[in-house]
Amino acid sequence: MTEQINEAEQINEAINREYEAGFVTNVESETFEPGLNEDIIRRISAMKNEPEWMLEWRLKAYEAWLQMEEPDWAHVEYDKPDFQAISYYSAPKSMADRPQSLDEVDPELLATYEKLGIPLEEQKALAGVAMDVVWDSVSVVTTFKENLKEAGVIFCSISEALQEYPELVKKYLGTVVPQRDNYYAALNSAVFTDGSFVFIPKGVRCPMELSTYFRINEQNTGQFERTLIVAEEGSHVSYLEGCTAPQRDENQLHAAVVELVCLDDAEIKYSTVQNWYPGDENGKGGIYNFVTKRAVCHTNAKVSWTQVETGSAVTWKYPSCILKGDNSIGEFYSVALTRGAQQADTGTKMIHIGKNTKSTIISKGISAGRSNNSYRGLVRINPKAKGARNFTQCDSLLIGDQCGAHTFPYVEALNPSAVVEHEATTSKVSDDQMFLCQQRGLDAEKAVSMIVNGFCKEVFKELPMEFAVEAGKLLEISLEGSVG
Amino acid sequence: MLSIKNLQASVEDKQILKGLNLEVKAGEVHAIMGPNGAGKSTLGYVLSGREGYEVNGGEALLGETDLLDIEVEERAREGLFLAFQYPVEIPGVSNMEFMKAAVDAKREAAGEDALSSKEFLQRAKAACKQVNLPLEFLKRGVNEGFSGGEKKRNEIMQMMLLEPKLCILDETDSGLDIDALQVVAEGVNSQRSDDRAFIVVTHYQRLLDYIKPDFVHVLADGKIVKSGGPELALELEAQGYAWLDNGAEA
Repeated sequence: MTEQINEAEQINEAINREYEAGFVTNVESETFEPGLNEDIIRRISAMKNEPEWMLEWRLKAYEAWLQMEEPDWAHVEYDKPDFQAISYYSAPKSMADRPQSLDEVDPELLATYEKLGIPLEEQKALAGVAMDVVWDSVSVVTTFKENLKEAGVIFCSISEALQEYPELVKKYLGTVVPQRDNYYAALNSAVFTDGSFVFIPKGVRCPMELSTYFRINEQNTGQFERTLIVAEEGSHVSYLEGCTAPQRDENQLHAAVVELVCLDDAEIKYSTVQNWYPGDENGKGGIYNFVTKRAVCHTNAKVSWTQVETGSAVTWKYPSCILKGDNSIGEFYSVALTRGAQQADTGTKMIHIGKNTKSTIISKGISAGRSNNSYRGLVRINPKAKGARNFTQCDSLLIGDQCGAHTFPYVEALNPSAVVEHEATTSKVSDDQMFLCQQRGLDAEKAVSMIVNGFCKEVFKELPMEFAVEAGKLLEISLEGSVG
Repeated sequence: MLSIKNLQASVEDKQILKGLNLEVKAGEVHAIMGPNGAGKSTLGYVLSGREGYEVNGGEALLGETDLLDIEVEERAREGLFLAFQYPVEIPGVSNMEFMKAAVDAKREAAGEDALSSKEFLQRAKAACKQVNLPLEFLKRGVNEGFSGGEKKRNEIMQMMLLEPKLCILDETDSGLDIDALQVVAEGVNSQRSDDRAFIVVTHYQRLLDYIKPDFVHVLADGKIVKSGGPELALELEAQGYAWLDNGAEA
């Protein structure tokens, strides 16, 4: 009991600290009117009390974005978002209330954790996981910062980082994903409202897994998160990101940018469980998830992307590695499940620049219902990347006969010493497998979820333990009703 | 325990079972023999409720339960177990995970609590040993990369864990060398008890040297055409099934 109380106190402390840090002062204007123009960007920057260079950076991105066109090469179809109908800033209501204890935290937020099976009180028990919770666009609760601080690790919202560590942000922001990288990255650069900032100093092994739970709540609010993770020489960090969203009618745009800077001999493990609202059976009301995630690996550095994608009406996402330094390693492990009318076009890019660079791609696509699931991957071996190696395995599993699985692998090997392997399979959940499971007493849904989980095992084993369990549960929930 | 009356069933509109009758009491072992295409495997599939096997008439009761009225998994939970002739692989799903879920599903249906992981593991290890499978097979994917003999032993292990009322062994001897056959037969024999019955479907008498049946039936053209004691199997071995052409087909 005492421990629990202490825990609650700690969390409250964290909450209060967060508010004291106060990067949001004007709580009256909680949500901006819809629309996008230079003035809106200036207001966002002002709300967040940003340094002048940040505003200029945003404006430059906005200028670039105005000149760009929305890409249409992905194997997805959707109504183009009306960018003038989106509100670009919103803070949750409870911000104004300044909760003094956990009881005062928005019960809906707590209920969401309950639903996810991760009540806030128990999060600490989950293997020392520290949480930076994003509720709409602004961090509400941040825990464990002190413990991390002792290790020299910075884990905070990017807004706070801009106040407390502006030089660090300035040094690395946009170095992996430049403002004009692509349409959505440019938009994000102009209007991002929050996200996470992680800094692991030289030689430090981050003492706990860092975890963020995202949620979209306010209607008509585009979410533009910006995440920047910097792992200095020889450091190590595991970062977990997961999200859910409640039902809604309007399509919602989610265009995040994640940048990972992995310096010499460092290692970053980035795991995602994505469960945005996929819309109704026709995809109406689901989230559009257009994400740019990229890492730069310096000499001997290693980055692993592991993702479990089950949500969103439309997904457009290619976590990538630029293997710049010699002997650097990039890994991509992905499970993408689509059902109903969901469309996913996801994969990775592995750009081999340094010598003896290695990359591994394991992609598992599961399609059910009338959904379309595409893997799109680029492996590029630059002329100077002597001894580069890639192994790619793309497996597709079909449930039913109305869904589609597609594979678009691109290989550009410009160095003759490169070894690039690609394996692809497509299979169906067979009647024999279903019958075996059912004859042993499992009902059809349990049987399918078990077969699918087995299919995904190679990816799940890359996830941190508790996340893997959650991912399995998520697949099971997602598959409900997909068998007749 | 099992009462089949005038069972008729078809696959893709082709009549396979044409009025089959069979009574099996608890504790008994019945062997069903017969030529290829007589409907031996069909009987197992129809009783267990496999999709595509249409019942056109008759009844099949397991105890008080009308089997033909309930879903595949419900029949299984009622205590019907089918050991497959060609067990299928389920990659990535460990034997342990699979069987724990199966055992728990059965217990839940019976209103019992799920087994603790520890308790289940003990039982699984014991079963593994009994069928002479290394313990690592519990961690491996269901039948994934198993040899023919290992798959059959795995079936028997599953049977041991599920403790069914009625076990149907569908040509379990096919593809087994003599050593594997002995192991499988020993496993089956160890499970014989007063409250459990077996239907052993086989083409050859060989298996019955190891699993001694109480009754032997000859299934031909969708019906049981002859029944007798263990000596009938020996007769069939000596004479083959050619004599049936005069009797059953006419």
